[in-house]
Amino acid sequence: MNQFQYVRPSKQQAAIEAVAKDANATFIAGGTNLVDLMKRGVMAPQKLVDINRLPLTRIDHDPGKLRIGALALNSAVADDKQVREHQPLLVQAINAGASAQLRNMATTGGNMLQRTRCPYFYDTAMPCNKREPGTGCGALEGINRMHAIFGFSDKCIAVHPSDMSVALVALDATVLVSGPRGDRRIAFADLHRLPGDTPEKDTTLEPGELITAVEVPDNPFTKHVSYHKVRERASYAFALVSAAAALDLDGSTIKAARLAFGGVAHKPWRLTAAEQFLVGKPATEETFKQAATVAMQGAKAFKHNEYKLRLAPNTLVQALKNATAA
Amino acid sequence: MKPLSKQIGSTLNRVDGHLKVTGAATYSAEYELPGMSYAVLVGSTIAKGRIKSIDARAAEKAPGVLAVITHFNSPKVPGFTPTGKDPSQPQTTGGRLKVFNDDKVRFNDQPIAVVVADTLERARFAARLVKAEYEQEKHETDMAAGLRQAFVPTQAKKNPKSGVADYVRGTADAYKTGAVKLEAEYVIPTEVHHPMELQAIIAHWEAPDRLTIYDKTQGTMATRRDFAKEWGLPEENVKVIATFVGGAFGNALHSWPHESAAIIAARQVKRPVKLVLTREQMTTMVGYRPHTWQKIGMSASPDGKITAITHEATGQTSSYEEFTESTVQQTRMMYTAPNVNTRYRLAALDVSTPIWMRGPGEATGAFALESAMDEMAHLLNLDPLEFRLRNYTDKDPENGKPWSSKFLKECYQMGAERIGWSKRQLKPGSLRDGDWLIGYGMGVGTFGAHRGSSKANVRLLPNGTVVLQSAVTDIGPGTGTAMTQIAADTLGLPPEKIRFEWGNSEFAPAPTQGGSAIVNTVGPAVQEACLALKEKLRTMAGASNAAFASARKEDVVFADKYLTLNGNDTARASYADLLKQTDGGFVTVESKPNGENGQKYSMYSYSVHFAEVRVNPLTGEVRVSKLVSCADAGTIVNQKTAGNQMKGGAVGGIGMALMEATHMDDRFGRYVTKDLADYHVPVQADAPAVEVLFVNQPDPHVNALGTKGIGEIAIIGVAPAIANAVFNATGKRVRELPITPDKLV
Repeated sequence: MNQFQYVRPSKQQAAIEAVAKDANATFIAGGTNLVDLMKRGVMAPQKLVDINRLPLTRIDHDPGKLRIGALALNSAVADDKQVREHQPLLVQAINAGASAQLRNMATTGGNMLQRTRCPYFYDTAMPCNKREPGTGCGALEGINRMHAIFGFSDKCIAVHPSDMSVALVALDATVLVSGPRGDRRIAFADLHRLPGDTPEKDTTLEPGELITAVEVPDNPFTKHVSYHKVRERASYAFALVSAAAALDLDGSTIKAARLAFGGVAHKPWRLTAAEQFLVGKPATEETFKQAATVAMQGAKAFKHNEYKLRLAPNTLVQALKNATAA
Repeated sequence: MKPLSKQIGSTLNRVDGHLKVTGAATYSAEYELPGMSYAVLVGSTIAKGRIKSIDARAAEKAPGVLAVITHFNSPKVPGFTPTGKDPSQPQTTGGRLKVFNDDKVRFNDQPIAVVVADTLERARFAARLVKAEYEQEKHETDMAAGLRQAFVPTQAKKNPKSGVADYVRGTADAYKTGAVKLEAEYVIPTEVHHPMELQAIIAHWEAPDRLTIYDKTQGTMATRRDFAKEWGLPEENVKVIATFVGGAFGNALHSWPHESAAIIAARQVKRPVKLVLTREQMTTMVGYRPHTWQKIGMSASPDGKITAITHEATGQTSSYEEFTESTVQQTRMMYTAPNVNTRYRLAALDVSTPIWMRGPGEATGAFALESAMDEMAHLLNLDPLEFRLRNYTDKDPENGKPWSSKFLKECYQMGAERIGWSKRQLKPGSLRDGDWLIGYGMGVGTFGAHRGSSKANVRLLPNGTVVLQSAVTDIGPGTGTAMTQIAADTLGLPPEKIRFEWGNSEFAPAPTQGGSAIVNTVGPAVQEACLALKEKLRTMAGASNAAFASARKEDVVFADKYLTLNGNDTARASYADLLKQTDGGFVTVESKPNGENGQKYSMYSYSVHFAEVRVNPLTGEVRVSKLVSCADAGTIVNQKTAGNQMKGGAVGGIGMALMEATHMDDRFGRYVTKDLADYHVPVQADAPAVEVLFVNQPDPHVNALGTKGIGEIAIIGVAPAIANAVFNATGKRVRELPITPDKLV
């Protein structure tokens, strides 16, 4: 690990300025990902701005929306009565991620901003455009069994690892951001970006911009929801593929649906076409399979992840079945 | 006097359990010595070639750095020689990597430099600053290429009777003309031991010719021998301490480059050096279960009698050291086939040397054989248990000898009943619970009931406590507890009055902990030493007391503060008086295996594992919902620790079956699965409540205790039981482990 400076401001504006002014500074909250990356030499910030003293841990349900502070711990969010009542899909997704110990440290904002687990990104002896632009994508012709089937570029085929974000993108969340040039709101679907020619940029945040909260609007998806995560062991592993499904049912007819995939792209992958397909149709396995076919349009596999072309639609079907039965 | 309850066969808690759960047990990395320094290894980033230059200037200038050692400036190690002929050491040709000895790179992440500093953080920081330039050569890490150039191990060429030489009984490849015929290939990927405790060593030169090392090793004597030889020292000048070992599963059975590096570094900086590997280095520097390709040819008569088996195996090894293991052994002796032949080959690649990993080759081999048994039963439309019973053998078909003991049929019966085998359907995919398919499978394991030579020291303290000492390590099975029980029963003392000390090369010589042989080997030494102590004390007491002089040693009773006699408790000799007559020193006894019995009988432990699995046919997720492991391991010394060992093996088997695999990017010859996020081992949620059953019948021939060994059979046969259950659930036969979702969707 490199030597670095460490500051712990108690005012939000001071924290933002500290990072905005210094290209080699970065925020640290739970540190569950950043510290690993520093130990491995993948990230080497010269200044850590610890934001844990900022008053950003509240979880409030105001009329029409849930507001989760950026520093609310994953475990606190998943355990919160208001979240459980209004956004059960989010609870399932958070609990599918990492381990209880990590969820006790990881924050809401940090979870969204965790970096890819692509092994080429993690190994400084390997090429990786995300870590070191211009060195090439090691995974493109390498061991790419964990990699993207949607939205990739020839510069990067990594996937975003967060489970929580898959639920948030499905639930039309909004990210609240504060920066050197003031506050702004970002639709969750626009927070993460596709790699294109600049895979080193994971998100659309500007330097010094700090996530302060995420808002989730109230919705009718309080019963028929499922986050189904397929991984190589029963717990504590990143997804091969995951699917978030939320249904609003009128008897056995689908009034509305929210769907997203995890583990398939550089960002949590919302499935709006499949959602629209489901509206007005009966909640049957046959319908779900057709929706899954719609969801998979445009998917393309590499040498080692061809299985995802079968696993992803099947996982979506499983999640929809679970949601219907819930 | 109140009779003591018998300790052998009890559920005595671990004698070191309290130390372990309170954090008071000291592991190798946890010793603190005055003037300690800290070492971090720098690994190569190419798989093959030559180091042209190493720029260590920035590292040397970094704060707190004491030395940067490379092959350019390393102190010369007098004797980098191959491992000797110790049967507890792998039979290798070639030799261990001679670290910092030349400019050659033989595998990716080979140590090319070690940075020593006054703190770990400073050493780690400076290690990042070391830059190497290479002259790269074309490497080969692809097993497919290795298979094309597979060769007969040197050991087999030298000795046609070697266990890895070709074997033929009846006609070779007779399966090809059999009535019902099967031919299938099975693959095991490279698996890594990944014990919880990282490999660690503290090297301390107490004088220019006296070395003490606190080391994670399974054998204090073997480690002492290797490093005494490396430095041209008399063995007694090297002291190895390994009191607690936090799991090893085989990867501390060999001496590795990081150990040599720490000793070199301590020599150079003239201070004690602590070196702890990183989790990533555990993948590349301390062995692994070798990637192994196997092919089974099998034929049977329509009534379910096996007529022939051919078992071929090729295991991966390094370019500089031939590592072999007994992958094909179970095929030679498990079933009554008149025609059996085996072929074992090696594939040398530009990787580090593999090492035995729990079960070792036998577990790899059993995946192929026991999967093939299931496939053949399916072809014959027979229940796989019935098929095994039709081919059961009451003597060893490999050599015609009788078994020293064999209760495998009893295991079959007990295990089948507990798992509910009668629910199993012949037709795959017949059972379902909601979205999940259910299947049942079984797999058999066997491992030689090995016994070697061992010594044990014993002495009595004035307070009536008996102290025993052995150089043996306890890597987790509860060796210290088992030896305490054996001593307690032999002496007629409660376990609190026994103090068994282990893990130090200065104690009585004992073999390396491995090959399921420790209770078989050290147990009799402890037993015989206790008997010798009894006899010595009786003779001494007899000098002044006629009742003792005429008594039999079996009648000697250890009371609170004095020795007395069974049936005559007026005869008393106080410990204080007895000890006045001695120098208070140890009685040392050597215990050797009975050579004659070894010649007359074939000695094996057996296990059978029954698995119930649930498979989601949409997503390919597999969950082991029930696992029953039943063992014929002779006398069970401690029901609790033995049960624990069986459960650990079963969970290891779940890992082997469902998730454990490394992936190598052959373009770079570099692994991409180097940490525990990418290399998956089972978590609690993957392990069902494993049910363990013991036949618990003493073997009359291995030793006087009747033990046969448990460590390996706990895992051998588990992976095929799960693979067979997955087939029974889905009709899909996966012949390349692990059975991850991608192989089932």
